[in-house]
Amino acid sequence: MKQKEIAALLDEPACSHNNKSKSGCARPKPGATAGGCAFDGAQIALLPIADVAHIVHGSIACAGSSWDNRGTRSTGPRLYRIGMTTDLTEQDVIMGRGEKRLFHSIKQAVQDHQPAAVFVYNTCVPALIGDDIAAVCKEAQTRWGVPVVPVDAAGFYGTKNLGNRIAGESMVKYVCGTREPDPLPEGVDSGDKTIHDIALVGEYNIAGELWHVLPLLDELGLRVLCTLSGDARFREVQTMHRSEANMMVCSKAMINVARKLQEAFETPWFEGSFYGVGDVSQALRDFARLIDDPDLTARTEALIEREEAKINKELAPWREKLKGRKVLLYTGGVKSWSVIAALQDLGMEVVATGTRKSTEDDKARIRELMGQDAVMLEEGNPRNLINIVREHDVDVLIAGGRNMYTALKARIPFLDINQEREFGYAGYTGMVELARQLVLTIESPVWPAVRNPAPWHASQTSTGEEL
Amino acid sequence: MVEIIKRNKALSVSPLKASQTIGGALAFLGFRRAIPMLHGSQGCTAFGKVFFVRHFREPIPLQTTAMDQITTVMGSEESVVEGLKTICEKNSPSLLGVPTTGLSETQGSDMGMAVKNFRKAHPEFDHIPVVPVSTPDYSGCLETGFAKAVHEIIDTLVPAADAAGTQPGRRKRQLNVLVNPSLTPGDLEELKDLIERFGLRPMVLPDLSDSLDGHLGEEDFSPLTIGGADVSELATLGDAVATLVIGRSMAKAADLLKARTGVPDYRFNHLMGLAAVDGLIAALHQISGEPVPERIERQRAQLQDAMLDCHFMLGMARFALAADPDLLQGLSELVHGVGGETVAAVSPVNAPVLAEVAAESVKIGDLEDLERLAKEEGAEVLITNSHGVESSKRLGIPLLRAGFPQYDTLGGYQKCWIGYRGSRQALFDLANIMLGLEKGEIHPYRSIYAQKPEYRQNPPKVAAHDPDKTPTADSLRH
Repeated sequence: MKQKEIAALLDEPACSHNNKSKSGCARPKPGATAGGCAFDGAQIALLPIADVAHIVHGSIACAGSSWDNRGTRSTGPRLYRIGMTTDLTEQDVIMGRGEKRLFHSIKQAVQDHQPAAVFVYNTCVPALIGDDIAAVCKEAQTRWGVPVVPVDAAGFYGTKNLGNRIAGESMVKYVCGTREPDPLPEGVDSGDKTIHDIALVGEYNIAGELWHVLPLLDELGLRVLCTLSGDARFREVQTMHRSEANMMVCSKAMINVARKLQEAFETPWFEGSFYGVGDVSQALRDFARLIDDPDLTARTEALIEREEAKINKELAPWREKLKGRKVLLYTGGVKSWSVIAALQDLGMEVVATGTRKSTEDDKARIRELMGQDAVMLEEGNPRNLINIVREHDVDVLIAGGRNMYTALKARIPFLDINQEREFGYAGYTGMVELARQLVLTIESPVWPAVRNPAPWHASQTSTGEEL
Repeated sequence: MVEIIKRNKALSVSPLKASQTIGGALAFLGFRRAIPMLHGSQGCTAFGKVFFVRHFREPIPLQTTAMDQITTVMGSEESVVEGLKTICEKNSPSLLGVPTTGLSETQGSDMGMAVKNFRKAHPEFDHIPVVPVSTPDYSGCLETGFAKAVHEIIDTLVPAADAAGTQPGRRKRQLNVLVNPSLTPGDLEELKDLIERFGLRPMVLPDLSDSLDGHLGEEDFSPLTIGGADVSELATLGDAVATLVIGRSMAKAADLLKARTGVPDYRFNHLMGLAAVDGLIAALHQISGEPVPERIERQRAQLQDAMLDCHFMLGMARFALAADPDLLQGLSELVHGVGGETVAAVSPVNAPVLAEVAAESVKIGDLEDLERLAKEEGAEVLITNSHGVESSKRLGIPLLRAGFPQYDTLGGYQKCWIGYRGSRQALFDLANIMLGLEKGEIHPYRSIYAQKPEYRQNPPKVAAHDPDKTPTADSLRH
C-alpha cells in the first residue's frame, strides 16, 4: 500500500481525532508499546464473516499465533474458524515465489472449501519484498470465478486502528454494492408494518451477544442487511449500500465505512452502543429517528417501555448487590463512555476510565457522565492501573483480557470486556449477564483465600489487602 | 527407515506451526528478571503475547521495537537502540533478549551493529546483558527458535574455561540441564525432583518451572519475569560435574556449551516411557555415584505395573500425532513402548530427530494433513495442541492435548509427562481415553427364531427428533 493511501485513510474527516487532540495516534515507542498492528486490526474486523476463506499471505507468525482465537460466533458456516496461510518459507522469500504460492493457495482454498469469497490479507514480509497481491487477487478471481478481495494491511503500516480502517476500505471498495438485497423471505408475517433495511458497522457478535439484540430489531421490522462483521455472510456485505440507516456500533474503528456509504449512497448513520439499558433504548430511538417512519417511532417507544420495565425488574436484585461498588474501567475508544453508562445504570461508581484511544468527543461524553473531575488514564501500564485500584479502593477492574492475569496477580477482582471474552453483555438481557459476572468476581470467596497469609505467617504482614 | 514426506501444497490450512520468533522469546522467559523484545512490528509481539498469556494464564513480559513504515524502509537499528535504552532505564532487567522477526530479517537489520551502537551510546547499561538472536519466522518453528535463543545465551554469557578459570567438576554437586520447550513447567519440576534425589543441584536452562509455573507471588506486579534460571549463574556452568541435554533440538547449544566449558554431557531425545527414563536414572546414578533411591525404584516398578495394566487398551491402538519434532518423537516412543501404533505423524518442520520417530512416515505439514492421514489410517486418538479440537470433532475421535498452544483447557502447562511418574499418568490418561471408546463392543444380534416375545412386541423405537440416529435395517442385522 502506498504512503499516500495510508495517509488518506488516516485522514478521516468524520473522526474527531482529525482536527482535535490526537491522543491515540502517537508514534509507537520502541521498548514501551502495547497493542496490535495493522494486520491484526484488519483480520479482527473481517474474520467474523463466516463463509469466507481468510488467507493470511505471509510467514507463519501472523497466522500461526492468531488463528482460531476469537470469541465471535456464527449461526452457520464455520469456514472462518479454519486458519489459512501461505506460510512463506525462506526459499519463497529469497526466490520471490510468494505471488505464485498465493495464486495456488487461492485455488486450493476455492477447490477444497467452496467459499463464498476469498479474502487475502497482506503481511509485512510480502509487503516488503513487493508481492503485488491486488494483481494476484484480480487474476485469481478471473480464473477461479470466486470473488477474491485483497486486504493490504501489513503490520508495519501502522496500528490496529489503521488496520480496521483498511479492512473497512476494502469492503467499501470491492464488496459493498455488488449485489442487490434479496426480497423479503416468503412466509414471514410482518403484520402491516413497513420493513426497513438497516446495517450495523463494527458489531462483532462476541460470544453471540448480537443475538440479544436481533430479536428486538426483528420485532420492530428492522431487517439487518448486514452486520460488519459479526455472523455476516459475504452476500450480506454486498448489499450494505441499500441500508436506510447505519449504526456505528461502539467503535470508531470503521468510521470510514459509515462515512463512505453516506457519501456514495446518502445513507444516514449514527454512533451508538448496545451496552446498558439506556444506550440500547437510545440506539433503537436513533434508528427510528433516522428512518423517520411515525409508525416505527411509536412501536419503538412501546417496545422500549415494555423491555425496560421487564429488565429493570430482573436487574433489581443485582443492582442491590452492586450499588456503590467502585470500578476502574480500562478499555479503548468509545467503549470508555458506553460501558460507563451501563455500569452507572447498575448503581456502580466508575472512579476512573482509560482514554488512550478516545477522541475529544468521547472525553466530553465521559465528563458528562462522570463529572468534571473524572479520572482519565492516558497510559494504562499495569503498575499505574494497580496503583489507582489501591488509591481509590476499587472493587473491580474491567479491562481487556491482556490485563486479566496482571489483575489476578495483584489479587484484584476482574472482568474481561474485550473480544476474547466468553460472555455477551449487549442488549437489555446482556445487562443481567454483565451484572452476574461482576457479582461473581467481586463476591467470590477466593479473595480472602489469596490475600490472607498462611497461618504460620499470620504474625507477619501480608502483601494482600487487609480484609 | 522413517519416510519424511515434504510439504506439497501451496496453502497451509489449520497451521500446526508456531513461529521461531516466539520460540526464541519463550527461552528468555525461563530466566529471572528477564524480558524479550521482538525486533519487528508491534503485532509480532502482540500476537506472541496473547499466544503465551492464553497458554500459561500468566502475565507475559514481552516488548517490541515497534517497526513502522519509516524504520522499515530507512533502517531499524535505531529502534533497537531506543528500545533497549527504554527498557534498561525503566526496568533494569538481568537479561534482555532480542529475537528478530521475518520483517526485520527481510529488511536486513544488522543486529550486531545495533547492539554495538547501543553499547557505545549507553555505557551506563554495560552491566545488563543483551542477547540478539536471529529467529525469522519464515524458517524453523517454535522449537528451533527456542534452541537458537539458548545457543545465543550460552554464546554471550558462558565464558570459555581457560579464560574464566572454570573447571569441570569443581562444583561436584552442580548438574547443568539444557532443556527443550517440549518439557512443560510440570515436567521440569519432576526432573529437578529426580535430580535432587541423587544429591545433585540442577541448573536448568531455561527454567520455565520457576517463572511460568503459575504461582501467586508476593509482588503485585512485575514488568519482568518473576522467576527462572539465575543469569549470574551462567558463569558457573563450567564448574559443573556434568550436563544433561534433553531434546535433540538442543544439540547445537549443547555442542557449544561443551566446547566452551569441557563439561561432559549426557544427551536424551526425551524422557517419556520406561526406556528413556531408565537412561536418565542410570546417568544420574553414574554422575552422582549415589545408589538409586528406593523411592525411584518404587516409581519404576509402578510404571512397569501400569504398562501391564494399560497394554490391553493401548496395544495396537492407533494414534495420530502432530507436534514439533522433539515432542513428536517422544510421544511416538511413549505409545510404541506399550504396543501402540503411530499411524499418522505430522511435524511442522523437518529435523534430524524425525528419523527416529516410531512410525513409518512423518508428514511435514499442518493439521489438515493430520486430519486427512488420521482418517485414511483409521486413527483412534489424536494427540496435538488445542487447535486439534475441530479436527477431533470432524473425525469423531478424542483429543489429548500436548504441545503449544493449549488455550481451551486449564493446567496444560503443568501436566507432567516425563519420569516414571509422569509416564505412568500419561499412559493412564491414554488408556482411559481408549476405554471410553468402548472398543470391541459387539452389537446385539436378535435371532429371528428366538423365543423372546419382546423382539416382536417392542419394535425398536424411532427417535423422532434425530433422524440421523434412526437404526437402519443394516445396523439391526449386525
